[in-house]
Amino acid sequence: MSFDDWILALHVLSAFAYVAGMVLFWVLIVAVRRTDTPEGTIRMGPVVKVGTIATAIGAVGTIVLGIWLAFSVGGYDIWDGWIIAAIVLWAIAGGIGGRTGKQYTAGMDKARELEAAGQPGPNAELLAINRTQRGVVLHAVASLAILLILVDMIWKPGA
Amino acid sequence: MTSLLAVVRPDSWNFPLFVHVLGAMILVGGLLTGASILAFARGDVRSLRLGYWTLLAVALPGFVLMRIGAQWIYSREGWDDLPSGVDEPTWLPIGYLTADGGGIVFLITLVLGGIGIRRLNAGKGAGLLKATLILSIILLAAYVITVWAMSGKPG
Repeated sequence: MSFDDWILALHVLSAFAYVAGMVLFWVLIVAVRRTDTPEGTIRMGPVVKVGTIATAIGAVGTIVLGIWLAFSVGGYDIWDGWIIAAIVLWAIAGGIGGRTGKQYTAGMDKARELEAAGQPGPNAELLAINRTQRGVVLHAVASLAILLILVDMIWKPGA
Repeated sequence: MTSLLAVVRPDSWNFPLFVHVLGAMILVGGLLTGASILAFARGDVRSLRLGYWTLLAVALPGFVLMRIGAQWIYSREGWDDLPSGVDEPTWLPIGYLTADGGGIVFLITLVLGGIGIRRLNAGKGAGLLKATLILSIILLAAYVITVWAMSGKPG
């Protein structure tokens, strides 16, 4: 394997980490919709960390190694339309992903607040925060952007 | 070289490859999620159920999609029609081994997990779900190596 082959393999592994993180957050989004207790919400914290690490590794790895490949591999240029499209979609997915995180962090914060106040029982306000419709829509849009990156990477329109 | 080949890949290969890669991504995502939830469940019945159902409802469809895509792209690329005496490249048997061998292990993982959930509902221990967790982590590691092999294409 050449150095570029290694970079390509790590680039693809980063993409897998990114999508794995997105899948993990989808499962948590569905699970948290039926969670109305502080304990149940806080319990998801360590799993959220796994998803955050996976998406962070994926986001950084895909862009850094992808740009490396665009400069290093013959036949590709950074200004190729499909590469620019991928970078734009990557930025959209990252920006929206950050906003999605804020939506769901609110639920975690509320759960900690209730626990600190000695209210461990079911709470309607916490359930409403956990069921954020805005969070679902934002995650769906970010997921769509990542799906489009995959389509772009495979079809390479204009290459 | 791999990337250069990708540039000249016939259009008819793209959709089968998309199905294969998307399925593999969902599979890896499902395994990571299921294993993480099981690992941090600490005996919580709801979390144990969620971890198992993630393997069943997310990772399993991903596996099926990945395997269908694999056979489709294998056929499109003409690997099933190699002249005698010509060997397949190293990365291809690695993919087969983890897809088919891993598929059997995955099936065992799901059966053990299913029995584990039944035992959990009956108020018995979560030992089988620990086995499910361990097998999921082993599968995840195997699929990470496979992704490296399929994309870097050693040999």
